[in-house]
Amino acid sequence: MLSKSQARTFFLGGTFITFAIFLGLTWNSLVNEVPEQTNVHNLTEAVVRGKTLWEENNCMGCHTIFGEGAYYAPELTKVYERRGEAYIKATLMTDIPWAPRGRKMVAYGFSEDKANDLVEFFKWVNEVDLIGFPPKPKKVQ
Amino acid sequence: MKYKSQKVAYWFFAAALLLLFIQLFYGFIMGFAHMGYDGWHNVFPFNTARAVHTNLLVMWLLIGFMGAAYYIIPEESQQELVSVKLAYIQLITFLAVGVAAVIGYHFNYWEGRKFLEIPRPLDWLVVVNVLTFLGIILTTLYKGKKRTTTSLVLVMGLVFAALLYLPGMIWFDNQTLDSFFRWWVVHLWVEGVWELIMGGILAFLLIKLTGVDREVIEKWLYVIVGLTFLSGILGTGHHYYYIGVGKIWHIVGGIFSMLEPLAFLAMALFAVGMYRKGEKKHPNKMALYWTLGTAIMSFIGAGLLGMAHTLPQTNLYTHGTLVTAMHGHLAFWGAYAMIVFSFITFALPNITGRKLYDTVNGQLAFWLSNIGMVGMTMAFGVAGVAQVYLERILGLEFGAVQKEIEIHFFVLVLLATMFSVGIIMFIIEFLKYGKPNDEAIGMEEIQLKA
Repeated sequence: MLSKSQARTFFLGGTFITFAIFLGLTWNSLVNEVPEQTNVHNLTEAVVRGKTLWEENNCMGCHTIFGEGAYYAPELTKVYERRGEAYIKATLMTDIPWAPRGRKMVAYGFSEDKANDLVEFFKWVNEVDLIGFPPKPKKVQ
Repeated sequence: MKYKSQKVAYWFFAAALLLLFIQLFYGFIMGFAHMGYDGWHNVFPFNTARAVHTNLLVMWLLIGFMGAAYYIIPEESQQELVSVKLAYIQLITFLAVGVAAVIGYHFNYWEGRKFLEIPRPLDWLVVVNVLTFLGIILTTLYKGKKRTTTSLVLVMGLVFAALLYLPGMIWFDNQTLDSFFRWWVVHLWVEGVWELIMGGILAFLLIKLTGVDREVIEKWLYVIVGLTFLSGILGTGHHYYYIGVGKIWHIVGGIFSMLEPLAFLAMALFAVGMYRKGEKKHPNKMALYWTLGTAIMSFIGAGLLGMAHTLPQTNLYTHGTLVTAMHGHLAFWGAYAMIVFSFITFALPNITGRKLYDTVNGQLAFWLSNIGMVGMTMAFGVAGVAQVYLERILGLEFGAVQKEIEIHFFVLVLLATMFSVGIIMFIIEFLKYGKPNDEAIGMEEIQLKA
């Protein structure tokens, strides 16, 4: 039967080994995968300003991006492709809540510059290689 | 209760329940908004309600863990807390920072990163506060006569939880990296080190409630936390499927997160097994209910419901839908809210000297909250699965789908009301115990001998 010290060895050993593998895989992702899949050469200052706005206004509190966030408002990973620049800017710059089908978005009333930064951010997000996400809907007859 | 300083735990529990109560309010705002009633949009927009709801949850759970630690560590190490005064200061400042953050969320002052919304300057105050907490706990443990496995596992969980807060404070220009390291905090907390805290508290409760030999319980505690890390660390991969990193995480995350329920299964088997093996019949029946309840509900909520959508093939469709909210609610309730409730129910009679061991109110609190939460989980599940089929598979537009599933939020709000009644009964029961009392010192032992 398993003794207490064997149980402890299982705990410490398992933790150490899996954590070492985890660090290795993390390193691999940071060095080999992220630069290419996320097109780091396209991370312009405007994109970073857009990301800052994204965080400062807690957009993730309603929307998802890369599938992460809240489930009250649409997924925005591919919003640049789906809605285009003009539509995005309209929702961001309006002074009255944008409310498609009655569900309200906060009226941020952003300046044109800020709206452009967010558009740049969405454009960059749109091009990140998410290996298949979001899934393409099936064609229904 | 054996040591005077253990009384400080009472105020931590009181604070935790207060924050939970406020958390419920914001939950209802979101429930109604999902039904189409967002009349309070100007005061409580959804993103505010959401950030407050989740941050209050994290805060009250941490306060609950801290309270449990302030109770357990003196008893396990046979040493009064080194400074009760500092512990009170630590509680008050923690609350102050938390309240400041939550108020800020109403004025668009935050760092909109899911679960880690506390703005950076306040993050530093959290760090100082948690270091104070750890200082008190570690010095007490160091000065104490004994260092038991239970206390070491609990403290290890608390120390790692503090360390893992730090990766969430690094700024990244790249959204992918931001997300990558945010999970180091969020995932490695709830599917890693928090399970150590839960395991430590559970072991302490089982030792007290069942009377099974400490050596046996602590041996299995090592096995459980061993399984937790063995599966949980590489299981982080299930958050890396679709954020802009490579396919290797599909394999690693898929395999190891399928193993994650094992730790919770072990915990459930362990609790039920020890209960059946135990010969001691502790009079605190409600504490036993909650303790066995948390072991079983965490397996269902965190283990099984997590596993249900953890494979990359499934997650491709469920990722970022209400299916996640389904799993999240029962997981946090079953694993972490219920362990705090177990501990409060166990500790209160010992701190106050009043023995409300098995009351109608206590029973109602247990059953209403649990049935309510299971029902809410089912409502989220139905809404989530419908969303997946309509939006992700058939390709209907987001807003159109949300209109279709509004009815499920009506059911959700109904069951959330039931859940809330249970919580309110628990709070009433808490208040009935009255304040901590020095005369309660040593009472538990006398009573158990009798």
